Amino acid sequence: MTKKQKAAFIRIIITALIFFPLLILEHTGGLDKLPLAARIIVFLIPYGIIGYDVVKKACRNILKGKVFDENFLMMIATFGALAVQEFPEAVAVMLFYQVGELFQSYAVGKSRKSISDMMDMAPEYANLETEGGISSVDPDDVPVGSIIVIKPGEKIPLDGVVIEGDSMLDTSALTGESVPRRIHENDDIISGCINGNGTLRVRTTKEYDDSTVAKILELVENASDKKAKVENFITRFAKYYTPVVTLSAVALAVLGPVISGGGVASVSKWLLRACTFLVVSCPCALVISVPLGFFGGIGAASKKGILIKGSNYLEMASKVDTVVFDKTGTLTKGEFKVSKVIARNMTADELLEIAAHAESYSTHPIAVSILEAYERVSAETSATGGTKDREEGSEKSTSGRIDPSRIENAHEDAGHGVDALIDGKHVVIGNGKHMDKHGIKYDPCDENGTIVYVAEDGRYAGAIVISDTVKDGASEAIDTMKRAGVNKCVMLTGDREAAAKSAAKELKVDKYYAELLPGDKVSKVEELLKSENEGSYLAFVGDGINDAPVLARADIGIAMGSMGSDAAIEAADIVLMDDDVRKISTVIKISRRTMKIVRQNIVFAIGVKLAVLVLSAFGITNMWAAVFADVGVAVLAILNSMRTLKST
Amino acid sequence: MKKKFNLEDLDCANCAAKMEEAIKEIPGVINASVNFLAQKMMIEAPDDQFDAIVEKAVACIAKVEPDCKVIL
Repeated sequence: MTKKQKAAFIRIIITALIFFPLLILEHTGGLDKLPLAARIIVFLIPYGIIGYDVVKKACRNILKGKVFDENFLMMIATFGALAVQEFPEAVAVMLFYQVGELFQSYAVGKSRKSISDMMDMAPEYANLETEGGISSVDPDDVPVGSIIVIKPGEKIPLDGVVIEGDSMLDTSALTGESVPRRIHENDDIISGCINGNGTLRVRTTKEYDDSTVAKILELVENASDKKAKVENFITRFAKYYTPVVTLSAVALAVLGPVISGGGVASVSKWLLRACTFLVVSCPCALVISVPLGFFGGIGAASKKGILIKGSNYLEMASKVDTVVFDKTGTLTKGEFKVSKVIARNMTADELLEIAAHAESYSTHPIAVSILEAYERVSAETSATGGTKDREEGSEKSTSGRIDPSRIENAHEDAGHGVDALIDGKHVVIGNGKHMDKHGIKYDPCDENGTIVYVAEDGRYAGAIVISDTVKDGASEAIDTMKRAGVNKCVMLTGDREAAAKSAAKELKVDKYYAELLPGDKVSKVEELLKSENEGSYLAFVGDGINDAPVLARADIGIAMGSMGSDAAIEAADIVLMDDDVRKISTVIKISRRTMKIVRQNIVFAIGVKLAVLVLSAFGITNMWAAVFADVGVAVLAILNSMRTLKST
Repeated sequence: MKKKFNLEDLDCANCAAKMEEAIKEIPGVINASVNFLAQKMMIEAPDDQFDAIVEKAVACIAKVEPDCKVIL
């Protein structure tokens, strides 16, 4: 509790200690013999202790010409109760109002704290290397190009390049996944990660304000500035609600005695009912709990490595109907890999081995893919005990390394292929034209992707198919999205029809459009936007590198795999910090949950208030219930909103 | 120039909205926001008028919620 809360707490205790004995006396008739003036004084003591600040604030606001303030309304309501000689009622209302306020302030403080704990990735200091040794300074004071030292277990304070040391980085604060990332000299590192067990020397490349962690924190903090439709509705509602309720209270006090025909005798009864109206006239429960709900939802998402740039996007995400994907880099890895090895007259491993050796001097992307595949396959065989090659000499096929002594006369024919002597045998690798040139007969292969033919000593030995591979979890992502309620998944790509078709089939997307130029993607998305129903939205998912116009055009632009990429963070509305497409369904789930809680609060708060208003107009309820409808509902709504913070 | 200030004892969400409105109306202010949950005030104003505007903003806040303090 803060100082202010403690003071309020003590006042509440003292008031309760005086008030409850008085209440008992009042009900047992112990105060009946006292003259009216004495009774007033007896009750004014606890009223003064608990309510003096409310009255003070109310008077001050009146002097400034501001009515319709919460304090003013509470003062009028309790003065009304005092005027009609309902002394215990006046004290009780003020007491419960203060209890509620205390709870409310405590609950708000709690939620503020849990939000700030969650965003606890801001670094407190940086170890700056200076001539006089290492000094701990504020990250804000470190100029670009300084050398900082990051010790094991410390937070990376600024973006930079490692100049010495290697370590593992825990990126979980940024990505929500605690998969450690290995880093070495010359690697870029980004702030907000936690250093593993190695000491690093880093040359900073950005000032603190421009570094990743500061940007993310600012983004999340400012997210509540972009208001959701529901929030705007609440703001408008609050603007009219208080004056309307206050005016009805006046109407009730004036017209009540006239219409009911009760005459002067019933004035006090109607006045009390009118005062009850005033107690319920503050829209606080809504004004606090709705933004808090959105804040919590955005916080819960950021904990999972999802940045949402505004409450409005969270609201829209809950109504996503169509998700459009860019294929390369989003659903597929965007890197070319050996997807198939068709061997003739030798094993697939042997084919890969001679191909890798022949290509080892080339830097062509295809050569790189073949070398990678060779290393991977060899590592797998050695892990399983190198089954079939064991007796032939494991130094050859299980090493996974290229042995340069086996290669002679390597020669590259740019754009066609290579040829070389491997273990004294003439190996020719390349496309169909390259085979024709060397007079080699081959079986044309119609697999999808780039085909590389391999021949040994003039004899066709097989083909290697290289294609872009689908990301791990991409088809699962589409499946979970569908189950989360997305109606249509569409894939856009600049690739050839055949490649698009096979990827679409593997991923089970509903529709795909192939051979699109970058400009075509925008018009396709516009076309799809037109076919969208009222009240449902379209999300576009891209890697944020060259699809900024499409990201901007879609209702919700989702950029992914962009840890540390400024361009993507700028262009998108929602940023997935890691490469995981599966997070899209997480976003949808969090948004649905947030919207559900927000709606619960709205219905609950407005419902209870209306009920109390109606009941008190007919005199069925009393001021105590009204106090609950005011502060009690606010506290419950705040507690409910805090559930959005919990991850789904 | 754009700067953020921390606020203390900002207890009422409605007041935060009122403060924001009042600060935005100070002549010279380009943009301003009062964030209830983060207890922060952001002011964007031309450099040469900045200090004077901040002073006025502090007065605005005191007017709406006298308990609320701006940590300068």
